[in-house]
Amino acid sequence: MFSKQIKNVLSGLTLGLAVAGFAQAAEVTGAGATFPAPIYAKWADAYNKATGNKINYQSIGSGGGIKQITAKTVDFGASDMPMKPADLDKEGLMQFPAVIGGEVLAVNLAGIKSGEIKLTGPLVADIFLGKITKWNDKALADLNPTVKLPDQAIAVVRRADGSGTTFIFTNYLSKVSDEWKTKVGEATAVQWPVGLGGKGNEGVAAFIQRIPGSIGYIEYAYALQNKLTYTLLQNAAGQYPAPSDVSFKAAAANADWTKSAFYELLTNEPGKESWPITGATFILVHKVQAKPQQATETLKFFDWAFKNGAKMADELDYVPLPDPLVKLIHTSWGQIKDASGKVVWTGK
Amino acid sequence: MAKITKHQWADWLFFNLTRFFALLTLAMLLGIIASLIQGAWPALRQFGFGFVTSSEWNPPMDRFGALIPIYGTLATSLVALLIAVPVSFGIALFLTELSPRWLRRPLGIAIELLAAIPSIVYGMWGLLVFVPIFAQYIQPVLSSTLGNVPLIGALFQGAPIGIGILSASIVLAIMIIPFIASVMRDVFEVTPPMLKESAYGLGATTWEVVWNVVFPYTKVGVIGGIMLGLGRALGETMAVTFLIGNMNAFNGISLFLPSNSIASALANEFAEAESALYSSSLIALGLILFVITFIILGFSKLLLLRLARQEGKRT
Repeated sequence: MFSKQIKNVLSGLTLGLAVAGFAQAAEVTGAGATFPAPIYAKWADAYNKATGNKINYQSIGSGGGIKQITAKTVDFGASDMPMKPADLDKEGLMQFPAVIGGEVLAVNLAGIKSGEIKLTGPLVADIFLGKITKWNDKALADLNPTVKLPDQAIAVVRRADGSGTTFIFTNYLSKVSDEWKTKVGEATAVQWPVGLGGKGNEGVAAFIQRIPGSIGYIEYAYALQNKLTYTLLQNAAGQYPAPSDVSFKAAAANADWTKSAFYELLTNEPGKESWPITGATFILVHKVQAKPQQATETLKFFDWAFKNGAKMADELDYVPLPDPLVKLIHTSWGQIKDASGKVVWTGK
Repeated sequence: MAKITKHQWADWLFFNLTRFFALLTLAMLLGIIASLIQGAWPALRQFGFGFVTSSEWNPPMDRFGALIPIYGTLATSLVALLIAVPVSFGIALFLTELSPRWLRRPLGIAIELLAAIPSIVYGMWGLLVFVPIFAQYIQPVLSSTLGNVPLIGALFQGAPIGIGILSASIVLAIMIIPFIASVMRDVFEVTPPMLKESAYGLGATTWEVVWNVVFPYTKVGVIGGIMLGLGRALGETMAVTFLIGNMNAFNGISLFLPSNSIASALANEFAEAESALYSSSLIALGLILFVITFIILGFSKLLLLRLARQEGKRT
């Protein structure tokens, strides 16, 4: 008799749970890069309000994101550096860009305003190699005849923690300076010849604000928020565009995205308006899905974000993707299939 | 009779329960050592002993050496101790011997509260408040005074940028003072009043009482307190990360120069360490920190043993 009662209660409970489970909104989990975390959080919040579906994003760093998605503990991974096509194939992953950002060189020089100083890629490399040590160095003075550069030591500031920001910056320097490429190279953390390491973008911003004569690379949004003075930087076309969403977008538009698996670094892109240190941040998903429902929900979220999230991105000083690129991404989603080979994204 | 067996049973349970937890601590310690060694093994096999002597830390080339973080860890902890020990001694002395009775409790609580401040707050305070003042007013004075003294002068030269070993050490000192000072105060307080009063009765000054009676009586506790502070200084992460400059290169012995510490390197780089050798090298750094702490603890135990033996000789 007892057991029957228990059975009844249990079956009632399971039924209740099943109903609750059915009514419960989809929940998608992602993890990875810290740089896009604020915009993912904002998108997730707005998405939740609009659809009732939940997106959990843990900003544990790009390396962590790659590890988590490889181990299949999350529905999507996020990384500030694209994975090489060979590595993607090895792990059965595909990637697509989600949002674009730019990095600027911020300086602390008395009396000098944003956009007054011009720099070129090779000069920046020489400064970060420790070869140019004074602000009134002849090479800098020749490039900036109208600015009075002080007789002051240059204090180089850079990231201490491993970071996608550093990867994009060192990738740029490797493209514009052979010496940088052979001596230092490109990675999320490198052996810096000179310079103080600040922790995170905040740490770098704090150092630049406090150390006279300093120069450091920092994400554009942080430079704006901290009211740092940034420089102009010569691009591949020989022009000196100002860093802004316009020049970041130009770099993204001028990149050739049709090549292999979105493996595209937006540094030193061609085009008169392109900002030279631009980078996209990427989403990683498995091509063959054991849980196709989760994959569909993940893609639904990003589809929603591409359609509705541009204004939110602007507000947080990120740059939404240009439309042609979004089209390419939608096409690329055709690679994501369930175990039986059925495409999980149907465009709805 | 039945009651007694019940008691015995409870005793047995209690004994085994406490023994289990005590052994569990030991097992956890051994487990941590084993997993550290296992994690560090690829790096140690690759670099051998050179890992400890190399100052290279080059992630893109996958070449790693621990010399700079070891140097930075030891240098910051040592300088912090040099500052913190005399200050803590003074604080404990004032609280136990000199302070008016009504002031003792509030002052003691205030010092203990310092220990409750999270280290990230010390780090932010150090970076945002202390560093600018230190760079503008204190460093120039230090380099124009102490910087000219023979032998130690070289320690106080260089560009006054505020970030570096010395500022990290000073903030570390502030962080460990509450630990050392409160242990010192507690042990000073347990000195039997009879001993002190006898010394005062013989006409000793306060200083003579403290130095010749209180201090010898409590030196085991005092050394224990210092070791507690040192242990904390060695492992401190956030505050040091903000202030040390995280520079993996040795450019001179000046304390104004930036460096790196083991805990700081771990905190900064672990999340993004991609290659297997890179993360293994970071774990090897952790293992080295463990070994350093172990050596220092062992050394202090030896010191205490020797002190105890000397005492035996004297009587």
